[in-house]
Amino acid sequence: MMNTKSGKLIAFLLGAAALLLLPILLQSTGSNSWVRIVDIALLYVLLALGLNIVVGYAGLLDLGYIAFFAVGGYIFALVGSPHLTDTFPAIAAMFPNGIHISIWLVMILAAAIAGFVGIILGAPTLKLRGDYLAIITLGFGEIIRIFLLNMDRPVNITNGPKGISQIDTISVFGLDLGKRLTIGDYTFQPVTLYYYLFLFFVVGAVILSYRLQDSRIGRAWMAIREDEIAAKAMGLNTRNLKLLAFGMGATFGGVSGVLFASFQRFVSPESFSLMESVMVVAMVVVGGIGHIPGVILGALLLAGLPEVLRHVAGPLTEWTGGRLGPEILRQLLIALAMVVVMLIRPKGLWPSPEHGKSLAK
Amino acid sequence: MDVLLQQIINGLVLGSMYALVALGYTMVYGIIGLINFAHGDVLMVGALTSWTLIGWMSSAWADMPGWLLLLVATLIAMVVCGALNYAIEKLAYRPLRNSPRLAPLITAIGMSLLLQTFAMIIWAPNPKSYPSTLSREPIEFGGAVISVTQITILATTVITLAFLMWLVNRTNLGRAMRATAENPRVAALMGIKPDVVISATFIIGAMLAAIAGVMWASNYGTVQHAMGFMPGLKAFVAAVMGGIGNLAGAVVGGVALGLIESLGAGYLGQLTGGVLGSQYTDIFAFIVLALVLTLRPSGLLGERVADRA
Repeated sequence: MMNTKSGKLIAFLLGAAALLLLPILLQSTGSNSWVRIVDIALLYVLLALGLNIVVGYAGLLDLGYIAFFAVGGYIFALVGSPHLTDTFPAIAAMFPNGIHISIWLVMILAAAIAGFVGIILGAPTLKLRGDYLAIITLGFGEIIRIFLLNMDRPVNITNGPKGISQIDTISVFGLDLGKRLTIGDYTFQPVTLYYYLFLFFVVGAVILSYRLQDSRIGRAWMAIREDEIAAKAMGLNTRNLKLLAFGMGATFGGVSGVLFASFQRFVSPESFSLMESVMVVAMVVVGGIGHIPGVILGALLLAGLPEVLRHVAGPLTEWTGGRLGPEILRQLLIALAMVVVMLIRPKGLWPSPEHGKSLAK
Repeated sequence: MDVLLQQIINGLVLGSMYALVALGYTMVYGIIGLINFAHGDVLMVGALTSWTLIGWMSSAWADMPGWLLLLVATLIAMVVCGALNYAIEKLAYRPLRNSPRLAPLITAIGMSLLLQTFAMIIWAPNPKSYPSTLSREPIEFGGAVISVTQITILATTVITLAFLMWLVNRTNLGRAMRATAENPRVAALMGIKPDVVISATFIIGAMLAAIAGVMWASNYGTVQHAMGFMPGLKAFVAAVMGGIGNLAGAVVGGVALGLIESLGAGYLGQLTGGVLGSQYTDIFAFIVLALVLTLRPSGLLGERVADRA
């Protein structure tokens, strides 16, 4: 039945309606925490889709992906918080009311800078493959985090380990997502408004990912992934294509970073640790590398399940005398998922049907 | 002058610990071509095990001398780590030996995380102070100071390396390991059991990591579940720097990286006029890695081609 055109249309409409109504249902439980969990999960979906371009399409294992998330987050933090004007009188004189640029401009700026950083960091790694690439990208991720952590001296740019707070909320066409919106007698909470913003970006990313996958560039990436030498022999410019993959993936990271910073209204180097990079890689790989529905599934599972556990694991934590706290449970679940899924289904939970060949050989 | 000498001593001590860990990486990589991300966490398990043992023993036999405590704890930690790494290889890496390359790498990262999580559950996440079992009296040495612990670390490293060289170059097991690293298929045809050799490699690597873990803990005085990851990564950098798959290279790379880090930490502040301080020490390893991989991918002493990576 689902194979017919109308069946697909009905399934699509039902899915869309479910996605649109979900936060309203969750919000009706009276607490915002469930909507928040879904919001964070959507951000991870966005990150995982971005990383999927690098790891899944082009086959370049990037363990420092969170750095681009950090770049985006800090860009919005710097232009959207009083930190710069407080620290530098010269900037305060230039912008007496704070910097506060339009969110769309910041978004483009963050995407461009993150993409540029991606290309810069990708350039020295072009000749490397597999394991070496993983370690060196991990190193670059750590370098960026260490700089964020220490750039409060001698000139205070990032405010060091304390992080930057009081970041603006996003306003879309005059609608401030940080404030409650009342239509008739129904009130939308800010988390719900952010949900719709994130959903918009995720849908955009999914469409973009599918379009990329079927495009000339996407097919070239997959050719490089399957056999780089053969791809080169077919006349593909592997250098530029790899850089493009790094840049494109980084752009997704940068945009998610902006969304994250405005959602949390606070950034600190702690949010961009190696653990987060590993987590995003795990989402892509556990879900099904290179396969968009799989990646989304992986991101939702790994982002959502630990949070659900956190809410239901109270008795377990109590029973073990606080040893199995929520953070530890979360980490345990992620680690187990990585090991067990790789052992049972090395291609991921929902792998792409067509490529049976090895990924990232 | 004495600052320079002091930094060289610190660098040698740090480097010898990197060297021991790097040997474990390089042996495993040489034989099955896997970066065992969990190797650094084996070091952590060794350190925490010895911490527990020293705690037990010093309360059970209060008059036991410090060096004996340390020795017994180290030996037991070596056995524990060897068994642990044997189990990890058997359960997690062996089933994936012929699957796509990414799968064992992800499993190894997951395993690293899993070991840290278990350590957090068993030993609780707070940093614990490691008892100093050797004399704390520093020894003056040409204007610099060296502690008894540091001398012990250097001596232990030399003895361990000599033993390892003997094992690899003079025994049947060593010959089997070298043969498997060179060509597993032909080695198997010559009657070598690859599974046995691979298990032995993991066990030996883990024992070296356990020694390094006890040293690390004695030198810095704290133990914690996350203590192994950074040394593990840097030891991997050291292994690549020396030429991965090459035992002597791992030692050279380890010592070189130790010296680079310690001299860098000592002089970075002066060189950059105070803009960059010693808090940037951790990035040296990665810059070194980037340079080595771009300029000389086979490493300082490596003859192996980096093509396998």
